[in-house]
Amino acid sequence: MPDVLPPAMPGITTDMMLAIRDLEAWYGESHVLHGVSLDIRPGEVVTLLGRNGAGKTSTLRAIMGLVGRRSGSIVFEGRETIRMSPDQIGRAGIGYCPEERGIFASLDVTENLMLPPKVRSGGLDIPTIHALFPNLKERARSQGTKLSGGEQQMLAIARILRTGAPLLLLDEPTEGLAPVIVQQIGRMIREIKQRGFTVLLVEQNFRFAQTVADRHYVMEHGRVVDSVTNQEMAGSLERLHAYLGV
Amino acid sequence: MLEELLFQLEMSAPQIVLGLVNGAFYALLSLGLAVIFGMLNVINFAHGAQFMMGAFVAWMLLNWLGIPYWGALILSPLIVGAFGVVIERLMISRLYKLDHLYGLLLTFGLALIIEGLFRNQFGSSGLPYSPPTSLTGAPIDLGFMMLPKYRVWVVVAALVVCLATWLVIEKTRLGAYLRAATENAPLVQAFGVNVPRMVTLTYAGGVALAALAGVLAAPIYSVNPGMGSSFIITVFAVVVIGGMGSILGSVLTGFALGLVEGLTKVVYPEASATVIFVIMAIVLLARPAGLFGRA
Repeated sequence: MPDVLPPAMPGITTDMMLAIRDLEAWYGESHVLHGVSLDIRPGEVVTLLGRNGAGKTSTLRAIMGLVGRRSGSIVFEGRETIRMSPDQIGRAGIGYCPEERGIFASLDVTENLMLPPKVRSGGLDIPTIHALFPNLKERARSQGTKLSGGEQQMLAIARILRTGAPLLLLDEPTEGLAPVIVQQIGRMIREIKQRGFTVLLVEQNFRFAQTVADRHYVMEHGRVVDSVTNQEMAGSLERLHAYLGV
Repeated sequence: MLEELLFQLEMSAPQIVLGLVNGAFYALLSLGLAVIFGMLNVINFAHGAQFMMGAFVAWMLLNWLGIPYWGALILSPLIVGAFGVVIERLMISRLYKLDHLYGLLLTFGLALIIEGLFRNQFGSSGLPYSPPTSLTGAPIDLGFMMLPKYRVWVVVAALVVCLATWLVIEKTRLGAYLRAATENAPLVQAFGVNVPRMVTLTYAGGVALAALAGVLAAPIYSVNPGMGSSFIITVFAVVVIGGMGSILGSVLTGFALGLVEGLTKVVYPEASATVIFVIMAIVLLARPAGLFGRA
């Protein structure tokens, strides 16, 4: 089903993969984002840091169109997506891995992996995915939700790597996982960066974020309040601690 | 002793066949209800009316356009399914954010309106619809009973359609989308699947199954506006027993309860009209989610 996408807007520089301006979002009556602005260049790994409730998950959901209402501007590869439906946004080339992982219990591992339709060429093929995540091959016929938490996280990421979407939104992929699995996920994120994917990563754990990201945005009360590059991070720890309360 | 048994079999066989035929309709109708409920979370009370529409459309195709049974078997579900698309887009889709009860009330109201319109137009006495000549003629002689060809066809056709539906849902990519969207529709949509369109087509598919059952039923029961409502009450009991939303469960339960009903007619005819509801009460007490339902 080829969905017709609006043409690139004239006069807007398209060297950003994702450019968000003044994004506001609501769930029913509750106003969760109050003007988020951020940019992601192609090939970057960028994190959203912040306390619980700062609006990190809501930002990802708003990018996908999964909030009740949103306004502002979200330009993806030069195309305005603010008025698109979630399926159009997914088809445009944004892969989404939700916080709760979203593994389907009524589908086995292979069906879960094959579920998201391909949106572009350039996705990883199944042998490559199985090489990156050997567990998924071994457990191909298991029910999706019978996997361990770490395996479910791998599956949730693997299935959006297959679709060819160049921008991946990962919502706290390390949450609740053992340190050895967290390291594995860190290696995996560096690996997909090398393969040219662009990643927007929501993280609570900024020590982990430091090991994978190029830049970091800090969110507070539904806004982006600060940003640092990974190189500056060591020198900015005090400032970041104040935001994150750690 | 053996003679006695044979005699019993001879006496009860027609009832068992009748039970299987009824079971075929229970299975087809509850399958459609289960598919719709699984995806839309709507209890489609208009299902009986849509079954009746299937039979009437077959009758109209034959009497107004000269299109015979086999054509109606394809066309009628398509026409009534298209009607389902309109209903879902215009009305049901507005109710997804509300309590299930609103969907039930809406479709119940629709059922009453549709039935009323048909009663107004065609009267309630019923219109004849003959089975196709290839399925009439001498019944198959099994030695201990005569098996009318058309009834055998109904049971076989229902089995094939139920099996095909199950295969589509369990074994195909479309089926994987359906199962996934039943669990988490927003995420499936974010993957790039047009979920609202899929929901519409699922409703149309469930409605088309009801219409197909209606065409199959047209030569057996007279085509009349009340034919759906007399079936649908029992079908809802079947769905409750089988477990709402379980595809295989509703099919197996449909056939099994048709058989139970038929056997009851042999053993204790007075109870045949109530036996399904007694079973429903027992199942609800012991397993509120139904025999195949997930609690």
